[in-house]
Amino acid sequence: MDGRKKNNKAWFLVAPVVLVVAFTAIIPLMAVANYSLQDIQGADNRLFVGLDFFKKVATDPNIQEAFGRNLLLSAQILFIQIPLGIFLARLMPRSGWKASAALVVVAIPLIIPWNVIGTTWQIFTRSDIGLGGVLVNNFIDYNLSESTLDAWVTILVMDTWHWTPLVTLLVYAGLRSIPQAYYQAAAIDGASAMAVFRFVELPKLKRVLMIALLLRFMDSFMMYTEPFVVTGGGPGSSTQTLSILLTTIAIGQFDLGVAGAFSLMYFLFIQIFSFVFFTVLTLDERPGATKVSAKGKTAVKQNEKERKPSSSKVKGVLK
Amino acid sequence: MAEIRLEGVAHSYDGGKTYALNPITMTWEDGKAYALLGPSGCGKTTLLNIISGLLKPSEGKVFIDGKDVTDVITDDRNIAQVFQFPVLYDTMSVRKNLEFPLKNRKVPRDKIAQRVNEIAQLLGIENDLDRKPSKLRSDLQQIVSLGRGLVREDVSAILFDEPLTVIDQNFKWTLRNRLKRLHLATGVTVVYVTHDQTEALTFADEVLVMDKGNLVQVGTSESLFLEPQHEFVGYFIGSPGMNFLDVEANSSVLTHNGKTIGKAAKAGLNGSHRFGVRPEFLIPSNKSGLEFKVERIEDRGVFKLVHLSKDDFKFIAKTDESYDAKVGGKATFSFDPTRAFVYDAHQRAVSTVSPSSAGGN
Amino acid sequence: MTTIMATSAAGKKTSRFRIDLRSWLFWLIMAVWALPVLWLVSMSFRDNADILSKFEIIPTKISMNGYTQFFGDPTWIGSYMNSVTYTLLNTVMSLVVALPAAYAFSRYTFSGDKHLFFWLLTNRMAPAAVFLLPFFQLYQSLDLFDTALGVALAHMLFNVPLAVWILEGFMSGVPKQLDEIAEIDGYKFGRFFLTIFIPMIRSGIGVTAFFLFMFSWVELLIARTITSTDAKPIAAQMTRTVSASGIDWSLLSAAGVMTIIPGIIVIWFVRNYIAKGFALGRV
Repeated sequence: MDGRKKNNKAWFLVAPVVLVVAFTAIIPLMAVANYSLQDIQGADNRLFVGLDFFKKVATDPNIQEAFGRNLLLSAQILFIQIPLGIFLARLMPRSGWKASAALVVVAIPLIIPWNVIGTTWQIFTRSDIGLGGVLVNNFIDYNLSESTLDAWVTILVMDTWHWTPLVTLLVYAGLRSIPQAYYQAAAIDGASAMAVFRFVELPKLKRVLMIALLLRFMDSFMMYTEPFVVTGGGPGSSTQTLSILLTTIAIGQFDLGVAGAFSLMYFLFIQIFSFVFFTVLTLDERPGATKVSAKGKTAVKQNEKERKPSSSKVKGVLK
Repeated sequence: MAEIRLEGVAHSYDGGKTYALNPITMTWEDGKAYALLGPSGCGKTTLLNIISGLLKPSEGKVFIDGKDVTDVITDDRNIAQVFQFPVLYDTMSVRKNLEFPLKNRKVPRDKIAQRVNEIAQLLGIENDLDRKPSKLRSDLQQIVSLGRGLVREDVSAILFDEPLTVIDQNFKWTLRNRLKRLHLATGVTVVYVTHDQTEALTFADEVLVMDKGNLVQVGTSESLFLEPQHEFVGYFIGSPGMNFLDVEANSSVLTHNGKTIGKAAKAGLNGSHRFGVRPEFLIPSNKSGLEFKVERIEDRGVFKLVHLSKDDFKFIAKTDESYDAKVGGKATFSFDPTRAFVYDAHQRAVSTVSPSSAGGN
Repeated sequence: MTTIMATSAAGKKTSRFRIDLRSWLFWLIMAVWALPVLWLVSMSFRDNADILSKFEIIPTKISMNGYTQFFGDPTWIGSYMNSVTYTLLNTVMSLVVALPAAYAFSRYTFSGDKHLFFWLLTNRMAPAAVFLLPFFQLYQSLDLFDTALGVALAHMLFNVPLAVWILEGFMSGVPKQLDEIAEIDGYKFGRFFLTIFIPMIRSGIGVTAFFLFMFSWVELLIARTITSTDAKPIAAQMTRTVSASGIDWSLLSAAGVMTIIPGIIVIWFVRNYIAKGFALGRV
């Protein structure tokens, strides 16, 4: 009886969130689903078309190309940013005013509005007035509106500049939560710098790195603003990400059916991919887990529980 | 095996504003077991980290076997250290954890296997060697980290930083005995940090008592009990601690509020001092002595604690079971002239005190 | 500074020299990292003719033209204030709904809680582009189009799940006995929650507020889609620097610098809690 009482109260507390999310997520998603199943030609002229739009999306060469392009971009981003983020975090000062200053400096790219990041880089990379553009032009003929490679590399460098700090901050927090004694023990055991990283730091960073990987995958797979501002998806469609293509189809061409089906498949793909990723990475910790839907959440819970003791240590360090 | 010598070693964490450790000069003899005893924050761990090389002292020099190692890093000092809580490499099995310090020092493979098995047997973890440390209970985890400290044969000294904190009370004894046995068997110098006096007194040949960054007394457990050279030793060691009383010395005659307490053995003592006597050495007397009012008697089974008061101060006496007195009544106590001390303004013992010949008043 | 040896992996051959080298390398990389922003700042203090006529690394002719234009034009100031308004509004609204929910997740088990929690998080995975059109239509039909409230509501899509997640982490760190003691002491839930519980996790709330502020402040796609003139965000206003006579680089840079300032202020306030927030919640 007591448990039931708690249940009701808890749902009452959760209700506002459910209402807000219903408003901001469910209704729009229903609308999207609605577009995807009907061919809407006018206010009173709708035609139920079933999965036709989904088939169209799945076979559309533009979408397929953008999908491949986006996957490649995400892979490259993860490959560059995770190691770079770890590298930077290990260099960061750990105490005193220098640590505070370093935190602020590292975090700056994260608090700049996304399109201002575009603007900043647009100015920076221009071959007439930008420092970066002028410098690079001394060595190679750099032109981002004509060369596919230049545009692609620019997007990659920009995103690395923009988002590596997130990885750095996460890893930094993880490193700070490792008690000094682990480093001291390693020193006494005569461990090399490489061994300290491999056997002390990496195991303790596992969770933080998983979060970083997931976040970076999700966000890079949804990348919109950076290519939009700097290259507009060009030259041609060489830097056109899925989000840019989707926006073009939905708002530019107003092709609602295709956009709806595209949206749902896009959303679903990210969810499934993240989920599989997450499950695979945490496989060894949950030998008994069987229920797919419960898996994610249990792992998330465990995650937080196990991180708690370290948090108090972080607190200690911060004082 | 090595002799460790500290010369004027001191440490400040804030560049000289405050000192966590005040200058210490002392020698740790080869093969002895030492205990560093003191309350939290007294500088024990700082001293330990200086010996192991994890911390470079702000002042002074460290010598191992006569060689100046002040600037030598931990790795090259051949010192093992065990920490307060289990420090293990999560991704390695227990066996790999034990092998790690040896592998880093390029010990031959068969030698490693042999050492690991020896240590595992000694610590009773031979059946857990292939498990992951995270699957073990926390006291077993601590035993594994003890094992990592013990596995090396080349160590000059093993430092234990309150290693039994996380160990279950019942198992503490077993484990301490094993450590003791190990020390006797290997003859390696051991430094054992603790804030538990029983642990320190039963484990070590010599106990170093520390307080507020100072080494206040070094001695056997017996001498710490019988001759506390510093007020802190009197107060910290023993249960209950020493009785203290502010006294005024006038040509070595000690008075409190004008009443004579006793006479210092050292001649020519003048000014404010503190008189101290352990409860064990306040002896019931029917002749001369100090007359007290009996406030309360605690019967602890094998002994009694007699709470006494006199004017504005209170003493506790530890008597044998046969002692009897009326609560609220008067009782006369004298003290052992070799076991009562007078302490100066720096809390240092300056002399023993004999009971006043003038008696109670 | 520090005499702790071997505290880091590179402490191998100990000495402070090695530690200093790492520190130098870090600041060197940060200096390179800061170049694009420094360049933007440099541009913002030059006028257009100067920018286009010569390439120079350190400006020789300081001009406040960009900033004068920015502060002299009510539409710029207006859109700047719009952004600040919906960002603050979003932060407050997200916190208000997320606090009780995070409490429920950290304190009770209830039917469907696991699924609800996971489902909330999936909203963080939704590509903004998916929601553009439905938002556009929904907000127009509800008269929320082109209002700060509308943008604040829309941003709750990704900020509320985030807030619940971070806050839940902080709240789980507070022992449950606290609630029981309060109940025994006769506190009503509401009073307990507001006067005891919330003050206890204020650093967590601070960190959460920072992330809410940040994610709302940097978002453009949704904000731009559901506004036209009245609630236009500063980021969208910046596209107005393109005119027939080319791009107004000076004004664009000055506006860009202005958008970086609030973030720096907020980050400075919470610098000591960021590491904690990252470690506890997710983000």
